[in-house]
Amino acid sequence: MNPLLAQVEIRERTSDTCVADNGFCPDWIAHHIDRYVDPFFQHVVLTVVAVAIGFLIAFSLALVAYRRRWLINPITQVTGVLYTIPSIAAFFLLLPLTGRGFVTATIALVAYVLLIIFRNVLTGLDNVPEETKDAGRGMGLTDRQLLWRVEVPLALPEIMAGLRIAVTTTVGLATLAFFAGAGGLGEQIFADINFKSNVVVAGGLAVALAGMLDAVILLTQRAITPWTRAAAAR
Amino acid sequence: MNDFFDAIDFIFSERESPAGGSQVGGLGELWELMWPHLQLSGVSMAIACAVAIPLGLWLGHVGKGGFIAINASNVGRAVPTLALIAFFVVFIGVGFWNLTLALVLLAIPPILTNAYTGVRQVDRDTVDSARGMGMTGAQVVRRVELPLSLPLIFGGIRISAVNVIATATIAPLAGVTTLGDPIINVNTYGDEGRLAAALVVALLAVVTEVVLGAVQRAVTPRGLRLEGGSRWRRLAMALPNNRREATT
Repeated sequence: MNPLLAQVEIRERTSDTCVADNGFCPDWIAHHIDRYVDPFFQHVVLTVVAVAIGFLIAFSLALVAYRRRWLINPITQVTGVLYTIPSIAAFFLLLPLTGRGFVTATIALVAYVLLIIFRNVLTGLDNVPEETKDAGRGMGLTDRQLLWRVEVPLALPEIMAGLRIAVTTTVGLATLAFFAGAGGLGEQIFADINFKSNVVVAGGLAVALAGMLDAVILLTQRAITPWTRAAAAR
Repeated sequence: MNDFFDAIDFIFSERESPAGGSQVGGLGELWELMWPHLQLSGVSMAIACAVAIPLGLWLGHVGKGGFIAINASNVGRAVPTLALIAFFVVFIGVGFWNLTLALVLLAIPPILTNAYTGVRQVDRDTVDSARGMGMTGAQVVRRVELPLSLPLIFGGIRISAVNVIATATIAPLAGVTTLGDPIINVNTYGDEGRLAAALVVALLAVVTEVVLGAVQRAVTPRGLRLEGGSRWRRLAMALPNNRREATT
């Protein structure tokens, strides 16, 4: 028996007309909010792990391709196809290979964010002004020092912009991760898709999570790139 | 790998449903699922284009509403598609047209943002010289700003089209039978049916992406094309790495 189809009734149909009518019931929400806690944190873990792994891979690929330009095309072609395959299809294409669960969902989500991050890191590095790099070289920096002390820091705004897109997109796609057996807020939405209170709380939490993670990255960016604000203020 | 062979077999030959009673699988049935999938996606995309392109062109032309046009994409991305469909199911209703409306809302932001960005990135000198030649505002939009922003507009259409095709997969939740039916109703179609549907959906998305990439290439004004238009170069342009889109 496929657990997906075991559409569990997640509430008791009481005589309460609001709940029986599938309405929007603040009382019911207040009493049942605890059942959304676990899926919410599953959702957070899925998103953060997928974006972190995706970032490590895409960032490394971008650094390699930045020096060896001929690699840009093949890498963008491959990550582009991964980006195009709908994640719901990707979950099921992976099932026979990796089985149901967290790993399968994570692989599909990682595959999706590679192109976004790769493209932004590369754009960021490419936009570093030639004069700045020359100045660095003039100060005697080696290529490696130039990369980590000049090019990567100056590319941070674009890199972080890519991370923001990746995170908000992944929160959205992770609502489908329950198809791969990885839980998350989507499982709650799906479990009782006709009940307004349930849809509003689970859907609302997903949107709020996207906003929260987006804000966290934005604040981090402001903290680690103080010079961009100094330049803007001038 | 056997699972994949079974799935491919499902695409080409009928068999009895695991639930018993009816026949499932085969090209005929898959076409019956794909046709509504294409209809739903096509109608939604047509409406979204009819709304978002003129609006984006107009906002870009008058140079207003940039904040809305650009942030539409950011907000659109933050709303999970499953949540959007679920909202429609509980608050507006199920069925083809309600779902179409949901998909239209999903498709508008990237097209709007790209149409606006496309017009804004047209060289101001080009627009000034068009005015100097005595073109009216409408003529400037039609003959200068629209052709020069077509590559970006098509970039937006590509993003939306792939997204809409992916989301149409969960249409059965809103009472519309699409290629997602074997995925959601696995009891009727079996595991191989579900994998087959996933394969077809993935293929459909990639084909859409490549075809629209070719169209995007075809509509790019000659002056904007890259030099050296060899056949391989053109083929490469069709692949996703060369989509022109706003990187906001």
